Amino acid sequence: MQDKIIVTENLVKRYPVGDGQFTALSDINLTFEKGEFSGVIGPSGSGKTTLLNIIGSLDSPTEGVVNVMGHNISTLTHKEAAQLRNMHIGFIFQVYNLLPVYTVFENVEFALILQKRNATERKKEVMQALEWVGLENMANKKPSKLSGGEGQRVAIARAMVKRPQLVLADEPTANLDAKNAHSILQTMKKLNQELNTTFLFSTHDQKVMEYLNRLITLEDGKVASDILKVGNGSPTEEKNAQIKTAQ
Amino acid sequence: MKLAFHLAYKNLMGAGLRTWLNAGVLSFAFIVIIFYNGLIDGWNQQAKVDGINWEWGYGHLVNDNYDEFDSFSIEDGHGQLEQSKQKNLTPILIRQGNIYPNGRLMSIRIKGIDPNQTTVYIPSQILKQSDAQYPVIIGQRMAESAKVAIGDQVLMRWRDKNGTYDAATITIAGIFETTVPFVDGGQIWISIDKLREMTLLQDHTTYFVANEQYSHSETSGWEFKTQKYLMREQTALINAKKVGGSILYGVLMLLGLLAIFDTQVLSIFRRQKEIGTYIAMGMTRWQVVRMFTAEGGMYSVFATILGAIYGIPILWYLSVKGISFGTIGAEAGIIMAEKMYPIYGIGLILFTILIVILSATIVSFLPARKIARMNPVEALKGKIS
Repeated sequence: MQDKIIVTENLVKRYPVGDGQFTALSDINLTFEKGEFSGVIGPSGSGKTTLLNIIGSLDSPTEGVVNVMGHNISTLTHKEAAQLRNMHIGFIFQVYNLLPVYTVFENVEFALILQKRNATERKKEVMQALEWVGLENMANKKPSKLSGGEGQRVAIARAMVKRPQLVLADEPTANLDAKNAHSILQTMKKLNQELNTTFLFSTHDQKVMEYLNRLITLEDGKVASDILKVGNGSPTEEKNAQIKTAQ
Repeated sequence: MKLAFHLAYKNLMGAGLRTWLNAGVLSFAFIVIIFYNGLIDGWNQQAKVDGINWEWGYGHLVNDNYDEFDSFSIEDGHGQLEQSKQKNLTPILIRQGNIYPNGRLMSIRIKGIDPNQTTVYIPSQILKQSDAQYPVIIGQRMAESAKVAIGDQVLMRWRDKNGTYDAATITIAGIFETTVPFVDGGQIWISIDKLREMTLLQDHTTYFVANEQYSHSETSGWEFKTQKYLMREQTALINAKKVGGSILYGVLMLLGLLAIFDTQVLSIFRRQKEIGTYIAMGMTRWQVVRMFTAEGGMYSVFATILGAIYGIPILWYLSVKGISFGTIGAEAGIIMAEKMYPIYGIGLILFTILIVILSATIVSFLPARKIARMNPVEALKGKIS
């Protein structure tokens, strides 16, 4: 069996709202293994992004334990959490969040600069990452000159360039048309298979769901279902999918 | 820190015109500070040199009864000093008198000086070149106020040591130009031997001007006033001007720094998602704080570069050509040349750069501290108000 990369036990997240508290996540018990291509789905406000933020150590649980690559998120200091993200986690955001004053190359390179990698190594890795996403000819362009699809590809390259163990993608196709969405998803699927990187999506896009191996549905902060598909998760093989109820 | 500067540089260059507008405002303050201080330093230097050359020499040995601030002390403020102690000293005898140019009465100080002296710049040699019975020299301002010219004769009245009035017609043998009002306005210079003869004060002196070789030893009845002591008023005046000037450039600096502060506050608000992204990518909050602080601090570096581009030619031109202030110095009774030449010391420039960089860094750090308290999730959503 593969390594457990994420384990959540009795995870609860509450936010103060006025005089009371809003429960965003309630009693979440999930385990993700290395190399998974999974997604958390559900309507807006169901807690998908909150779960991803906690796993990404950008937020902390109110109760329970979240263990990411052997690190208990609740006990990490800001510096340790930053180090975890820097070395092991890549983020892909809905609106790409590219740094506007940098070129495509510099945006991707930034992740490696934070890891204090030398210039020669950085150049090699960045060009390879751009090759993965098919943007090696756009290295000197500014983000403002890119299309939506190209912008998200740069974001993928930026997340993948440091070869993280885990990539957290929050609604990565929400701003893309169908053609670009499929193209992006195929790229990510390919990287998942080639580099054995764990991908965890937050989405309510049907196109994304078609590619996922595992679908976790959140409703009102609780896991409503956890479905594992057998096969590579591409739409054509969905007919072969087996349904497994995890909880 | 290198990373912070690298990123800050990229961000500032990427911000384009906004960066250069801020740097422009700050560079203006920067140039004004250097110019104003340079002007004051130039004035200070000129006033010091002129004051030493024309009046102060290397100190004054003053008769105990004479008080420079008390005109009544002139009457008895003189004495004799044995010849052996007069080495490297130039005697000056002061008496009060009146002249009647064109029928007007003008109170004056008659100052006796050795025509052969070389301690001060008073062109006393003219006195021995003249054939007139009572040749005198006066400063340009005195000539203008008395409306007299070289060769003019004027009636002068004085009292001798017994209080007896006497009068004679003096001849203007020379008119000199000086920036030092203490040797010009309301004064006429005459040979000290002639003045002693006129006032029956043989060998009497009010004060002696020391030259560079003079070495003072205690002398009863005489007090030695050092060059520094004699300069004290001019120094105090210049220092006061510096303080006054600092208000001006303080306001200018404030404007420049306010622009940076404002930009930083706006920038942090506007770039929340970017801040969130930096944190998500693995930067610590303090790394982001350092980056934003470095960004603000770098405005001052850009201001220095920008200031150097347009400031060096302007400041150099002014230091070579000088700035004309007319006769306002003379009218105010202070040592001030009609044209002043700013002096820009390397210390002044480095100190100003340091102050500008430090201030800009501090005002950048103040709003950037907010980042350290930011919730990265809220920042990524751009929801921080």
